[in-house]
Amino acid sequence: MTTTTFPASGTGTAVETAPAVRLRGLTKRFAPDGPPVLDGIDLDIAPGEFVCLLGASGCGKSTLLNIVAGLEAPTAGDVEVGGAAPGKGAALMFQDSALFPWLTAGRNIELALKLRGVPRAEREQRVEELLALVRLDGAAGKRVHELSGGMRQRVALARALAQERDVLLMDEPFAALDAITRDLLHDELERIWTTTGRTVVFITHNVREAVRLGQRVLLMSSRPGRIVREWPVTPAGEHEKRRIESPQVSALSIEITDHLREEIRRHAR
Amino acid sequence: MLAEEEITPARPAGARGDSVRPGDQPASGSTTDLADVEAGRDVLQTATAPVRRRGAAALRAVYPPVLAVVLLLAVWQVVVWLEVQPIWNLPGPREVAEALARATASGTMWEALGTSLSRGVLGFLAAVAIGTPLGIIVARVRWVRVTFGPIITGLQVLPSVAWVPAAIIWFGLSDATVYFVVLMGAVPSVVNGLVAGVDQVPPLFRRVGRVLGAGPVALVKDVILPAALPGYLAGLKQGWAFSWRSLMAAEIIAVGGSIGFGLGALLQQGRELADMSIVFVAIILILVVGIVIELVFFAPIERTILRRRGLATDA
Repeated sequence: MTTTTFPASGTGTAVETAPAVRLRGLTKRFAPDGPPVLDGIDLDIAPGEFVCLLGASGCGKSTLLNIVAGLEAPTAGDVEVGGAAPGKGAALMFQDSALFPWLTAGRNIELALKLRGVPRAEREQRVEELLALVRLDGAAGKRVHELSGGMRQRVALARALAQERDVLLMDEPFAALDAITRDLLHDELERIWTTTGRTVVFITHNVREAVRLGQRVLLMSSRPGRIVREWPVTPAGEHEKRRIESPQVSALSIEITDHLREEIRRHAR
Repeated sequence: MLAEEEITPARPAGARGDSVRPGDQPASGSTTDLADVEAGRDVLQTATAPVRRRGAAALRAVYPPVLAVVLLLAVWQVVVWLEVQPIWNLPGPREVAEALARATASGTMWEALGTSLSRGVLGFLAAVAIGTPLGIIVARVRWVRVTFGPIITGLQVLPSVAWVPAAIIWFGLSDATVYFVVLMGAVPSVVNGLVAGVDQVPPLFRRVGRVLGAGPVALVKDVILPAALPGYLAGLKQGWAFSWRSLMAAEIIAVGGSIGFGLGALLQQGRELADMSIVFVAIILILVVGIVIELVFFAPIERTILRRRGLATDA
């Protein structure tokens, strides 16, 4: 199988340069004496890497992302994002675009710039650039309810990019979209990732999506949440575009799905 | 129509653009193509708003309430004709119209209307100025909410007329009495409206605000307050209604002294003179002020806010 060669180029470089995200012994319990939701997670993500985090619902994927984003505190362990404490190093995108309905698309992006301290004079042009990046030129004046689900997620992506953080955390950002739109947004995200050089941590429960997008796919177990396996995903050819329909994606997806099911089945006993 | 074409076996592939075998795929893949596909998708998924004629919509909005008023007047006239009550107890539309004309000519109507309206608006604005910061504090500071929240909710239930006797004893027959009663009626509504609005802000918005780097002040100013605006506006509407009601109650009970002559006093005067036409004039004026303020002030603001957020039913 061409896609399961160890180690992949992405992880190879991670050892030398400082990782964009570095987790050591990360543990999270919601109750002091309760079972761990996340149990001793060690993870390095290289700058510019695209990592997909895969797991069944309730395995703690979102909790992990919230901790990296600085929205929740870990119970134990170390978290570094861009060499600093979490909260300042990562942008976060959700399944719901969570755009503010009282603002236009452009103003939503502008708010992110404003809260980052970008001077008013520069904001307008920056908004235009970001909208152009997600191919929504001219949509600045549109109200949120006037946009389709896919367009909203692109505005949300532009807003996340406006934060100018090195790490982009995405929590099932395309799960609520129809398949055609989702497929298009995969291409868009890949293009924007290549253009901007961001580090992307992408959470999904869709195996094919993970294989389609990631350079590395991490499989999380449930209760407790641990990273139990990882697969580097190397494109079939250097410049060949990966497609969700391609045989390579299918083959690896089948393998990963088998492992995922095995993980879930363990809980039946 | 496709089904028939599909079972025709001899059609050469590629003769029509739409029959593509799996192996032919690399054609679509360049980024310009993707941009076009995406643009097409955006167009397909964006609903085009129907063009509405403003005049027709306005007419449709105006004529049912006008019809209702005409119907009410008709019923009123019929009841008067049936002489359910003697005419001096239940005057008809004509008698009330004549009384209104007399009150207008003598200036009594304008004096009463002006006095009440200025008090109502001033009292309401004061209630907003006091209730808004109070509402933010109650909504955001936990211990304040736990301690004072129930009392403020209770004050909203308490009819503010209950404060009139105490207010007369404390402030005498002065404007202070009137304003005190108005504030006791309106402030709890404004506070509770804002608190309810803040409570209904989706938690996701707060998280987004924090992810975007908003500090405590920016979070309130840029996220929570704008998100709470519909609830706040509902509170303001109720606050105005309570202001106006409290004012009328105070004006009816507290007459004389340095208290000016408002609509409530006009009503009370009609009762004392046993002039039911004047009582009716006062009631109708009180009602009309309420309706006009709603139509001219609150309804347009509410419609704009809801339409911008895609919540208006007529959008």
